[in-house]
Amino acid sequence: MKNIVERLLQGDRRALARMVTLIENELPQAHAFLAELHQHSGQAQIIGVTGSPGAGKSTLVTRMVRELRKQDHKVGIIAVDPTSPFSGGAILGDRIRMMELAGDPNVFIRSMASRGHLGGLSTATRDVVRAMDAAGYNPIIIETVGTGQAEVEIMRTAQTVLVTMAPGMGDDIQAIKAGILEIADIFVVSKADKPGADQTAAELTMLLSLDPNRRQSAWRIPVIKTSSLKEQGISELITAMHKHYAYLKESGQITRRAQRQLHSEIQNLIMQAVAKKLQAQIDPEEWDALIAEVTDRKRDPYSVADSLQTRIGLNSSL
Amino acid sequence: MVENQTARPIRVLVAKPGLDGHDRGAKIIARALRDAGMEVIYTGIRQTPEMIVEAAIQEDVDAILMSILSGAHMALFPKIIELLKQNEVDDILIAAGGILPDEDIPAIKQMGIQGCFGPGTSTEEIISFVRNNIQGERLSVEA
Ligand code: B12
Ligand SMILES: Nc1nc2c(ncn2[C@@H]2O[C@H](COP(=O)(O)OP(=O)(O)OP(=O)(O)O)[C@@H](O)[C@H]2O)c(=O)[nH]1
Ligand SMILES: [Mg+2]
Repeated sequence: MKNIVERLLQGDRRALARMVTLIENELPQAHAFLAELHQHSGQAQIIGVTGSPGAGKSTLVTRMVRELRKQDHKVGIIAVDPTSPFSGGAILGDRIRMMELAGDPNVFIRSMASRGHLGGLSTATRDVVRAMDAAGYNPIIIETVGTGQAEVEIMRTAQTVLVTMAPGMGDDIQAIKAGILEIADIFVVSKADKPGADQTAAELTMLLSLDPNRRQSAWRIPVIKTSSLKEQGISELITAMHKHYAYLKESGQITRRAQRQLHSEIQNLIMQAVAKKLQAQIDPEEWDALIAEVTDRKRDPYSVADSLQTRIGLNSSL
Repeated sequence: MVENQTARPIRVLVAKPGLDGHDRGAKIIARALRDAGMEVIYTGIRQTPEMIVEAAIQEDVDAILMSILSGAHMALFPKIIELLKQNEVDDILIAAGGILPDEDIPAIKQMGIQGCFGPGTSTEEIISFVRNNIQGERLSVEA
């Protein structure tokens, strides 16, 4: 039998699916395979779709992909849902909305639970993107629930970030100002068939016009109203997506983003290795004992950290 | 590190084949398996055999769990089994439940579908069935 990398590169869906499993489970073989795949990646446009739970992301992605399929793109989708902190399990339900894409062999959908990855979710998603990219999927769309953490993850992975917001969902525009404004390349007011869409769009546009950083950038963040229900605004959105990609290329931003992302990826890999070492060398009882000592003021956090660093081979900083 | 000495969560597909709208059982199972630490891909109702098999492949699940109460199981199951064969998928646990008359059970098992669970089955029973019947080598996933 041919090896998994060869099969993946030839477009074997099962090889890709198994590769994603290796990545998700942080198995040691994965890195060697990914190292090979890296040379074959770098072709795909990577799109992040984020927004509050229920904002209409999965339905929107489905509509977008249907449009992209008309243009004969082979599309990869990564749909991330949260892992239950209580059981460690998850219900991954994004496929329910993507039903009309199911069965199309040129659309590869993978549901991922956020889990408690050592290297953070961004490491796993980026590795999955790398595998899909090498397998010839372009574009690759990542759907994540818009929590503070996911925003960081999507910034570290995507080239074009779509922030979706539904009218009348209690998405307070003022509250959104903080984190999400910086990460959006395109704003989508979803469910525009519902009342309040025009107002949400107007408020967003207003907010954007007030942002001083934005006025310096050559890219004008568009605010696009879409209705997946009535199939409106989807082709405008696809056009905006293509335009943003062209902007990234012309301005050289695409390279700068990639460099930033690779920098954080390599840093992450090192942190992950440190975390693994720590996990392997210091057992839970020892942790408990150390923490008790620090609690009782017999020791302090700094000297404990310092001695553990020495134990796992990091030089003492004292 | 979740349950059952496995280094990773078990992934299962819960699917409703055919035009059957009875989805209470499927939803109960999905929730119970999640609460038992599994990752459950729920596809929703009205799934064709092609959709189920393609989803199982892409999601690389350890088990396909089909819930069917419409009476169409003897038409749908053979198609699903055939598609799995065509795709050389032979390491996934396949189980079914819902309204499956006693007289059909031998034929269903003959197809390679393990476990046929009817109304009143406890979720504990379903959880331990899934845990105990997933093919061992899958949990140590080799390339
Ligand atoms: C509630 C119900 C409905 C509700 C469904 C609501 C919903 N969203 O689910 C409504 C009113 C909509 C409905 C409609 C119909 N129903 Co109805 N319905 C029932 C009823 C009374 C209970 C089903 C139920 O929800 N049970 C509770 C759940 C939790 O149990 P469960 O699904 O069986 O699941 C358990 C086990 O079976 C097992 N399990 C199930 N699946 C799986 C899968 C795996 C892998 C495993 C391990 C275990 C497992 O675990 C679960 C937990 O114990 C049954 C009769 C019955 N006693 O089963 C009829 C029944 C299923 N319905 C029937 C019929 C005919 C219909 C209609 C066609 C009626 C009509 N003429 O309008 C329509 C069709 C609707 C459609 N679109 O498909 C028939 C089916 C006959 C057949 N198969 O030959 C039944 C059997 C009634 C009867 N005796 O005639 N129905
Ligand atoms: N009226 C209207 N409803 C929509 C539209 N798009 C999606 N919905 C509905 O909104 C609900 C949520 O849609 P999803 O696509 O699942 O939203 P999501 O953001 O992916 O949800 P999560 O993944 O759970 O965060 C569903 O009931 C959809 O039917 C739309 O354009 N108009
Ligand atoms: Mg979704």
